[in-house]
Amino acid sequence: MRSFEKALPDFDSRKIRVIAISVDTLAESEALRQSQGYTFPILSDANDEVIKRWDLVHAHGRQDGADISRPAEYLIDPSGKVRWANFTSELTVRARPQQALAAVDAMNGGSPSKGGG
Amino acid sequence: MKKSWNGLIWIGVLVTVLGVVSYFTFFINFPVLRDFPWVNLPMIALGLLLLGVGVARAFRQPQIYRGKIFGSVLGVLAVAFAGLFCWLIFFGAKMPPVGHGAPQAGQFAPDFTLPDSRNNSVNLASVLSSPFTPNGASAPGTGAAAGQTAGVVLIFYRGYW
Repeated sequence: MRSFEKALPDFDSRKIRVIAISVDTLAESEALRQSQGYTFPILSDANDEVIKRWDLVHAHGRQDGADISRPAEYLIDPSGKVRWANFTSELTVRARPQQALAAVDAMNGGSPSKGGG
Repeated sequence: MKKSWNGLIWIGVLVTVLGVVSYFTFFINFPVLRDFPWVNLPMIALGLLLLGVGVARAFRQPQIYRGKIFGSVLGVLAVAFAGLFCWLIFFGAKMPPVGHGAPQAGQFAPDFTLPDSRNNSVNLASVLSSPFTPNGASAPGTGAAAGQTAGVVLIFYRGYW
């Protein structure tokens, strides 16, 4: 997520909001934002309600056996349609912001929009 | 002549073990170092290297250095230990396959409302239909800026425990 934080100006120039979701509590997420300097919002799905509805549950994925979200990245367009989805199969591999930005540019007609700063 | 204890073997074993153990006891607390063992892998590699050099010199100069037998035994154990670590991190950490119900490209994303870490209620649909506010400025969907929001990148993640 650090790489997404660094790429926020590129998302800003394309008018794309970046929002993270986990099952952590509000306090845990806020502590993470503070310690890592994240400025995008982190939503708290503490009851697993959304990750269940989105079928992204990693059952017993946490060390203490709790159900958590598997890693997944989405691009949603203004109509609410999924334009890009990325599901890693390995814990150590995550989507890079460049992949999401490329999906945004593809959505916007294939040519990279101006900006980047 | 009294043979040297061949400290490289022992230091190598120590560094290797420390490299594995410290991942779980310490470095796991740092998101970047947990997702990829940037500190631990080089540490383990260094430990195995020292151990290897120690064992090699025990074989080349047995009259000076001890450790042909115990060095080899420790070496095999250390490699096995390091191998187990790598297996655990890179293969034991495989994600389960994504569920059939997970929205795919072209499908509509189920709407939701969740609190952010400052207890602002965030609704996906209303963020998508709101004027764009720069990331990091405030809660999404609040305040006016130039133009409509062009989309949302959602990052589901495991949480930092």
